[in-house]
Amino acid sequence: MTIDNIREILDCEVICGEEHLQSDVHTACGSDMMSDVLAFVKDQAVLLTGLVNLQVIRTAEMMDIICIVFVRAKMPDENIIEFAKEKGIVLLSTNYRMFVACGKLYEKGLGGGERI
Amino acid sequence: MNSLELRYTVDSEDFTLAGDAASRIKKKLKRMELSPDIVRRASISLYEGEINMFIHASGGEIIVTVSSDEIKMELVDRGPGIEDVKLAMREGYSMAPDNVRSLGFGAGMGLPNMKKYTDELEIESEVGVGTTVTMKIYIR
Ligand SMILES: Nc1ncnc2c1ncn2[C@@H]1O[C@H](COP(=O)(O)OP(=O)(O)OP(=O)(O)O)[C@@H](O)[C@H]1O
Ligand SMILES: [Mg+2]
Repeated sequence: MTIDNIREILDCEVICGEEHLQSDVHTACGSDMMSDVLAFVKDQAVLLTGLVNLQVIRTAEMMDIICIVFVRAKMPDENIIEFAKEKGIVLLSTNYRMFVACGKLYEKGLGGGERI
Repeated sequence: MNSLELRYTVDSEDFTLAGDAASRIKKKLKRMELSPDIVRRASISLYEGEINMFIHASGGEIIVTVSSDEIKMELVDRGPGIEDVKLAMREGYSMAPDNVRSLGFGAGMGLPNMKKYTDELEIESEVGVGTTVTMKIYIR
């Protein structure tokens, strides 16, 4: 699916990266612990998280993650948004909680990689 | 390919800067003729190491050397040291305080990730003296 499909499924607000909405996403990962995220490496992944700080953007940068969805209507501040723009990372915000957001994407066919 | 040496001092005053060295190094590695997978594995391992320096050791130094057959990454700190390295390497083992957990770290996955993404990992640590983590990723 594309980032735009995710936006639609989770009824997201686009915080930044409008120009990349047509990019393809192949897998997803949901966690508030960055090292859990860093244990998971897949191409063209999206990260769902309830954590909002600069390290979330850096974690995505290290992993070549192209899109971050903040769950529970979390909103990053200007600093974080600017930082994501610099790195070309799309930021979305959804009102859904983590469990429901992940479930909705999974239901629509977005995978999470194999079991560990 | 030419060899390259990069040195960064990690100052732990400002947590918003945690990961800045890994980010700068990633940019440099991307410009070399390395596969994206190798660049990513190196960046993640450095990032985990740099975060550990911030959280557990109040800063240190990162030295990265790229030669024709490997990327060598050394992280040197004068922090408290690790008493039981074998235990620290275990998935889920963390001594991070609660305030660190609210920043998204302290899952006890950093060292296991560094092990997973590199070809060699060596930890030399002495309590009260500091820790040196040396990692290598083979280029071919
Ligand atoms: N440079 C260091 N100096 C002192 N202690 C360290 C250092 N690096 C790691 N440790 C110790 O080893 C433990 C395990 O480290 P590891 O990186 O695996 O997990 P963590 O940093 O606690 O959590 P995470 O990496 O998942 O955010 C740490 O909790 C800490 O006690
Ligand atoms: Mg760690």
